[in-house]
Amino acid sequence: MTPAGRAPAAGPATGRIPPLVEQFKGGLAAPICLTWEWTYACNLSCVHCLSSSGRRDPLELSTAEIMAVVDELAAMQVFYVNVGGGEPTVRPDFWELLDYTVAHRVGVKFSTNGLRIDRPGARRLAGMGYVDVQISLDGANQEVNDAIRGPGSFDMALRAMHNLAEAGFGEFKISVVLTRHNVSQLDDFAALADRLGAILRITRLRPSGRGADVWDRLHPTAEQQREVYSWLLERGERVLTGDSFFHLNALGATPLPGLNLCGAGRVVCLIDPVGDVYACPFAIHEAFLAGNVRSPGGFGGVWRDSPLFTRLRMPAAGGACNSCPAFGACQGGCMAAKFFTGLPLDGPDPECVRGHGLASRPPAGRPKPPRPGKDHSHRGRPVALGMPSRRIPAKLCDSSPLAADR
Amino acid sequence: MISPFDPARRYRLSPEVALRPEPFGALAYHFGNRRLCFLKVPELVEVVRGLGAYSSAGDAVSGLPGQDRAACLRALASLAAAGVIVPDGAGSAGQP
Repeated sequence: MTPAGRAPAAGPATGRIPPLVEQFKGGLAAPICLTWEWTYACNLSCVHCLSSSGRRDPLELSTAEIMAVVDELAAMQVFYVNVGGGEPTVRPDFWELLDYTVAHRVGVKFSTNGLRIDRPGARRLAGMGYVDVQISLDGANQEVNDAIRGPGSFDMALRAMHNLAEAGFGEFKISVVLTRHNVSQLDDFAALADRLGAILRITRLRPSGRGADVWDRLHPTAEQQREVYSWLLERGERVLTGDSFFHLNALGATPLPGLNLCGAGRVVCLIDPVGDVYACPFAIHEAFLAGNVRSPGGFGGVWRDSPLFTRLRMPAAGGACNSCPAFGACQGGCMAAKFFTGLPLDGPDPECVRGHGLASRPPAGRPKPPRPGKDHSHRGRPVALGMPSRRIPAKLCDSSPLAADR
Repeated sequence: MISPFDPARRYRLSPEVALRPEPFGALAYHFGNRRLCFLKVPELVEVVRGLGAYSSAGDAVSGLPGQDRAACLRALASLAAAGVIVPDGAGSAGQP
């Protein structure tokens, strides 16, 4: 969803009120867009996973700890959270946590690869108010999707979608990360969403987590970026974007709908499975670590008082972008995308539509861009048995998050 | 479904809406349609919170300076369209 951007703003227009986007730069009393990853465990190993998920972390928040954070969020009037992972539904207490959160008037939109959305699961979800489901799909056909998300993931996602549609869930979301291989499928995704009574959501590929390893060969080309921009201007009304394409606004006079601003630490943040609070879901690195919900001040203390967030809420200088006439439109782009491609944070985005980003990028590998801060990827040694992609897991729980729970 | 905003009617904050104070004013969240709205000035927040105590929306803004009054009524109209404020039914007249 794009809560901030699509929401109407009401206020006397006497000219003394700065635009909302300026007011947001100083930060809000509580986040509007809080991503909360409930586990690093995942049944898949998507090549672009922004949290490098796979194996459960033994220090993950317990059921009681998650509930305590929910209580705090309810008191802070955080009206909904975006739950993800990992695959959040592999937590054995997933349904219990879902019920608890919703009962405390904190809405849940959760992202899933569809693993647990069987027919009974879909019926259960359809019967709950205040829950939204987002199924990840990165190709409109099996070939494109499974190359990114792994064998069987296309069928699993489609099965979940059909189950939700059949259960009468209503408008669930189909969530697509745009890559070089699926930009040409935008119309197909939109048609699939229409057919299933769903809403299409497209977001930007970030070089975060394992995405850092594949970003160079998967991020859309400059030509494709222009295609995405035009497509969104034409079809954007029915398509959600998480406001993630604001760097494309420098392409034309018409801004894309949404909040065109990096919200990190201002309106956005991430709580990871072990309770660490980061400035945004794409910035799992100690440079963007603001604190932990287990600290005495809890989540609220981190949000209000962390030195990192205080710094992010101060007016930022445009750096190298200051002299660019498009700076007002693109705001310099995405902080995480710059960081993990080795670019200065006050300079252009690596996908700067005017080409300034790549031009200022250090030569390949020198100096090396920062590596993601945590890696929970499935371990395993590739083995040569005539099946190059086969891996032998070191332990059963390395490949199956379900095994870890038993 | 939502009748046009009428400044002569009594309005109140929808029971489905929560207001969260913010540095710029307030954030309004509608639990029914899951939409967020932003009340961009503190004066508007005061008016919205106090709406139910006045016999009409027009009355509720009568204390504001002239130019702000019209702007505030426009803001109330957009909040009514979003379901943040709702006309007070005859049965519950007088209830804040």
